[in-house]
This record gives sequence, structure tokens and C-alpha cells, in this order.
Amino acid sequence: MNGVHDMGGMHGMGPIEVEKNEPVFHENWEGRSYAVTRAMSAWGKWNLDASRFQREQIAPVDYFQKSYYERWIIGLVELMLKTGLVTRTELDSGRPDAGTVKQSPPFTPEKVPILVSKGMPASRNVPVVANFHTGQLVRARNLNPVGHTRLPRYARGKTGRIDRDHGVFLFPDTNAVFLGEKPQHVYSVRFAARELWGDGTAPQDSVYLDLWDDYLEPA
Amino acid sequence: MSTTRRAFLTAAVSAAGAAVTPGHGQTHEHSHDHGHDHQTVPSDPALRVKALESLLVEKGLVDRAALDVLIDTYEHKVGPRNGAKVVARAWADSAFRQRLLTNSDAAIAELGYGGLQGEHMVVLENTSKIHNLVVCTLCSCYPWPVLGLPPVWYKSAPYRSRSVIDPRGVLREFGLELPESVEVRVWDSTAEVRYLVLPERPVGTETMKEEELAELVTRNAMIGVAKVAAPKESGAA
Repeated sequence: MNGVHDMGGMHGMGPIEVEKNEPVFHENWEGRSYAVTRAMSAWGKWNLDASRFQREQIAPVDYFQKSYYERWIIGLVELMLKTGLVTRTELDSGRPDAGTVKQSPPFTPEKVPILVSKGMPASRNVPVVANFHTGQLVRARNLNPVGHTRLPRYARGKTGRIDRDHGVFLFPDTNAVFLGEKPQHVYSVRFAARELWGDGTAPQDSVYLDLWDDYLEPA
Repeated sequence: MSTTRRAFLTAAVSAAGAAVTPGHGQTHEHSHDHGHDHQTVPSDPALRVKALESLLVEKGLVDRAALDVLIDTYEHKVGPRNGAKVVARAWADSAFRQRLLTNSDAAIAELGYGGLQGEHMVVLENTSKIHNLVVCTLCSCYPWPVLGLPPVWYKSAPYRSRSVIDPRGVLREFGLELPESVEVRVWDSTAEVRYLVLPERPVGTETMKEEELAELVTRNAMIGVAKVAAPKESGAA
């Protein structure tokens, strides 16, 4: 979706504010938000791409006004409501609905080090033909899907060169809406800064994006 | 929050005529010309998150002890000191450096690091001729196993918007002025590959041990918004 989350190349966002000796979490609730979000994903009702897509759908004014972990909580609440893990009345009352059977949490303390050290690889060990090869000139397609995509607006229609083939990964556009993993090759594609931004930029500078087969066409 | 950012947010809020705010427990579909700021129900995210956690615990959806362990992991165990050790090893051991640049996952695993949000690592070497800079313009992708969770500025609109269109300006804001001749490569983390910058080893560190070198390496240098500074003259040789 062409949302405000896709901000590469936008102007007017102000200076970068760096906090010295910044803590990992500024307040207790930030850590809790982070952890609750991870713990709830263990129910397997959604995936990482669905979480990102949910946060992208936060209204633009809120996207900018809310802090990072507030956006996580907004996204989490929406996903829990959609998948029936909680109800609107439960959120309003703060109590489980009458007659709700207490569950057993899948994300237990002993699962934490396993998740942290093993991760959740998005690569897929399946034979898929690569449509492009290292060194090839490609164009990022001019796609404007209303759903989730990881092809930023600033690269669409631009020509670049395949720098390396990362291998086969699940495809976020379909995975985010539970339409399948559609595994395909992901490439690091080098775009000259001048191709993206015009003549005002240094001729040797470039931006590398990781792009899936479905985002690319031969140039 | 600085005045600048506050002013920007205020402007952004008043510029938006009508918006729907999800997650209040009720839907707002009225026009927002009357100027309330959407922080009313409830006003404090701390209260809201506390209430949510209690509900989820009561429903048996979340184990509070697991949350504690996870938070402790990223507050105390997984952070940029991990990445600093990787960098120091690469500086001290040229064979490791080669492995790190050609098969980053395996080399990083030699130090015991890897996993969540670092399943597919690529290490980028900064030199006197090439400067690499990492960003995620679409969200906040960052190599957790070696750098921990990202700082606020990395996730902020100013950094995400500008680092791809004006990386030299961004670097200048961080106090790093690059010569015109240097090639700047920006890496937008659009997929599940995570990037770590291997900074240049500063001069004057030739006799330093790996553990001492690790002390010099900063998080910002491993994102590519800074160089590693030469050690201060201590006279302690």
C-alpha cells in the first residue's frame, strides 16, 4: 500500500534526534508491549508480514503521532480482534468474557532462548528457478498494490543491477494476507543514486534494495 | 521530545482533517476538526498496556514470566557489545574477517551469535574508498543478534526518509563529513536480510588486543553513521 510508512525520499521530517546513552526501553510499558507482541505471535494466528501490514494500516495521523511501541500495541490489538483471540467487550472491560475457558500460553519462559537463538528464518529450502542473475540489468516494476509490499515507491520504475542472489525466501505480499508463501528468489539490486534521485547526487553513490523476483522485470 | 518534533507532530495532526483511530475500544468516525488529540481513552499508554497484559494473562494467552525473560534478554544479554566483538575479531584475525565477509551467518555463529532478526546476515566492509550505511525505510528492520533492538532515531521518520535520498547530509548530521571521492552505499533493509557494517580499524590500534579493540567499537559505527574513533591518548601504553 502507498502508505506513510513508505517514507524513503520524503522531505520535511525534521532533524535526526539522537539520544545519548539511550536505554533499550524508555519505560516499563515499552518492554511489556514488545514482549506481549512477541508472546502473542506464538499462537500462530498471524505472521511477521501480517504484523507489519497491520501497522502500515494505522491512520497516517496516528502513525506519526504515536510512538513506536504504541503502534505495536495498536497493531497487536487489531490482529487479536481479527483472529478472535480477544473480543471488543474484553478490551473495554479488561476482563475475560463470561464463560471463556482459560487457555495455556504457548510462549513459556523456556521457549524464549530458543526463539531468540533460532529465530524464524524466512528463507525456504525449495527449488525455485531464479528469473535473474548477478550482473543483470533489471527494472523494478511499477506496482501499486493496495495490500502489503516491500517494494518502496522510490524504486518503482527504476533500473538497477543485480548485485547478488540471496536465495529463496517467502513472499511478503501474499504471506501478509495468508495467500501462501509463494517462495522466490530475493536479490540485492544496486540502483545508482542518480537513477533514483537525479543529477544532484554524487555519481558514484548508490542504494541497494533487497527485491523479490515478482518485483522485477528485465531492463 | 524537542520543540521541532513537537511542532512537526502538531502540524501533522492538524493537517489531517479526518482520521480513524483503531484500537481505542471504540471507533472514531467523526470529523476531527474539534482538535482533541487522540490520547484520551485511555490517556496513558502505560495504563493501557498494563490492562491489556492483565487481560491476556487472565485469559491464559500470555505467560508473564516469559515476558520477563524476553525483556531481560534484550535489556541485558543481546546488544551492540555482541557486534563489537564480531568487529574486533575481524580486525584482529584476517582469516575470520574473510569468512565474515563471505559467509556472514557462519562467521557470526562462531562467536555464538545469531537468531531472531539476524537469520540472514550480510556484513559490509567500510574502507577509505567505500562507506556503507544501513537503513530500513519501510519499518525498523535491524540486526538484533549483533546490535540488539534499534534506537529511536533509527526507527524515526527523519532517518528513514532521508538516508536514501541524502545519505551524505545524514552523515554530516552525525558529525561525519565524507570526502567527495568516497563512494556511499546505502542498504535499505527491504527483505529479511540484515546488514552489519564492519567499520574501518582506526590508526593507532596496531598493538591492541581483541578485547581492547571491542571497547572502541560503537553501535553507530556498525550502522554506518559514524567511524570508529582512534583511542584517546592515555599515556598508559
